[in-house]
Amino acid sequence: MKKLLLSLVFAPLAAWASEAGYRLDRAPLEPTNLVSLQAGAKTFVNYCLNCHGAQYMRYNRLTDLGLSEAQIRDNLILTDAKVGDTMKVALSARDGKTMFGAAPPDLTVIGRSRSADWLYTYLRTFYRDAKSPTGWNNAAFPEVAMPHVLWTMQGERALNIVLAKDGHGPAQYQWSQLSPGTQDTVQYDTTVRDLVNFLVYMGEPAATSRKRIGIVVLFVLGILFVFAYALKQEYWKDVK
Amino acid sequence: MASRLMALWDWFDSRMPSVAEEFRKHASEYYAPKNFNFWYFFGALSLVVLVIQFVSGIFLTMNYKPDANLAFGSVEYIMRDVPGGWLIRYIHSTGASAFFAVVYLHMFRGLLYGSYQQPRELVWIFGVLIYLTLMAEAFFGYLLPWGQMSYWGAQVIVNLFATVPFIGPDLALWIRGDYVVGDATLNRFYALHVVAIPLVLLGLVAAHILALHDVGSNNPDGIEIKKKKGPDGHPLDGIPFHPYYTVKDFAGAVVFMAVFCAIMFFVPEMGGYFLEYNNFIPADPLKTPSHIAPVWYFTPYYSILRAVPPISLDWLGIPPTQFPGVMAMGIATLILFFLPWLDRSPVKSIRYRGPLYKWALAIFVVTFVALGYLGVEPVTVWGQSGAWLGNADRATVAARVFTVIYFAFFFLMPWYTAKDETLPVPERVTM
Repeated sequence: MKKLLLSLVFAPLAAWASEAGYRLDRAPLEPTNLVSLQAGAKTFVNYCLNCHGAQYMRYNRLTDLGLSEAQIRDNLILTDAKVGDTMKVALSARDGKTMFGAAPPDLTVIGRSRSADWLYTYLRTFYRDAKSPTGWNNAAFPEVAMPHVLWTMQGERALNIVLAKDGHGPAQYQWSQLSPGTQDTVQYDTTVRDLVNFLVYMGEPAATSRKRIGIVVLFVLGILFVFAYALKQEYWKDVK
Repeated sequence: MASRLMALWDWFDSRMPSVAEEFRKHASEYYAPKNFNFWYFFGALSLVVLVIQFVSGIFLTMNYKPDANLAFGSVEYIMRDVPGGWLIRYIHSTGASAFFAVVYLHMFRGLLYGSYQQPRELVWIFGVLIYLTLMAEAFFGYLLPWGQMSYWGAQVIVNLFATVPFIGPDLALWIRGDYVVGDATLNRFYALHVVAIPLVLLGLVAAHILALHDVGSNNPDGIEIKKKKGPDGHPLDGIPFHPYYTVKDFAGAVVFMAVFCAIMFFVPEMGGYFLEYNNFIPADPLKTPSHIAPVWYFTPYYSILRAVPPISLDWLGIPPTQFPGVMAMGIATLILFFLPWLDRSPVKSIRYRGPLYKWALAIFVVTFVALGYLGVEPVTVWGQSGAWLGNADRATVAARVFTVIYFAFFFLMPWYTAKDETLPVPERVTM
């Protein structure tokens, strides 16, 4: 009873499940690499945007990536959406839940709620698992509802997890390739890098200009300080 | 041109002389001690942040939608589609943390130099009221982005009120306006955040400053400068606030703005401390996040809350309750009101106090920071202790020790400040 009541009031505190099982790889992001961002956008609209939406992201915002509206319309809009529309998806949350067991989350700000490293690792650690409903499982996100959408590129892989003998210490992850994909490891890592690069950009499209403006603002404040300090010294020179 | 302006000013002044009068009273003829040091920037800076928050907040309300279905999206709309919207939003979110940072440093200044001591008890009390009001303002505002942390943070805090014996559940229901945090909660928190609490805050800030200007400012030496006046009737160690401290505070404000902008433009999330990562997931009443941490400025008190074990009063017919923790958290903040009377030291400034107070304050600062750190982390962060401590989480044990120290700082203060040896206080301030 005591436990139950506590867990009702403080459920949030009590439950702390560790997702820190798989060591995350570092995502080699290049936020100003337009070629990478464009490649990521292409992968995103072709592979992700079928189930996941990006309902706060407008197609024409992709002009940030050095694309014209015509290029966006011809290459990146695969639906009947207008170029000023947001990236909505036909799959409803309810249907998604029926099909996968969990509604595919909106990806607009996934680059902010999940770290780039997590996304980069997650998209590269799918493996075949006969026990899962989709036939796929993931090392970074065990029991994930999403199947391996990029499998034609990466190919099928198997994972053997060897737990440490005494139950303590990190587990060993042994990967093996079951069937080849259309890309080798380096190519696939690059594909995922570009995609994560794009997801991070989409999470905050203003990030690059934010930093650029920030440098100017700090420079101006630096100059202002010189004058403000000189003014203060002038007034204070006779305060003893 | 200049004479025209002067004529206009004379016209105005002859009809409303109180403007010039008040300016003299509070600025050009308000004599402040001339030996203010670094710590005295933070009062003016909190006023700067107050203005920043008011202005950026007003612009945010122009595009924000206080509606459970629209709130999250409207924030993203501000971040993406409103020209300059991301800047306004980051100014406001960084400003919230900056507000607490400068207020904590401002309060620490009070502890350093005994600024709460007689005759400035009211200044201190209004200050504590501002601090508590600011906490309410921050709490109500944090719900508005309607992310997971907004939602579950509000859920946890409102549930604290539910632990109050007898009236608790009804009280929580009354605060939420619903059985769970929902659209009704969002609407009322919005009203409180943008209208009610800011009004209270403004009134308290005015009272804080008026009370200060009636008794005059303290200084790093803790000397009353009004006791030594020159032939002109002005304190010998005083200088007019304007222009001396307006120009000095302006230079300080520029430095502060540089720090503020460095954070805002380059690390607006501050590693998840200013904007929590989970708050970029829309609120989901059916999905409790695995780890809920309040924003950093609440975490010392959150730690105290978690540190106090629940009590069971089965023999009274009261189910086990977390109320003691809630009480401890409440007392931890309310005890600040009594500081002027807990401190029995004959001197104000730490410069002339003995080792007891210096040690106590140093340990208190470490304790406050440690509690803050522990409040951010899950209780499992340091693993479990051995059997000799009942296999309790080490972080919980540490939080309990720090909680005891936190209260000891206040409850033992009458003893150690009275017993402490003091140094002679000089006649005049030292620069």
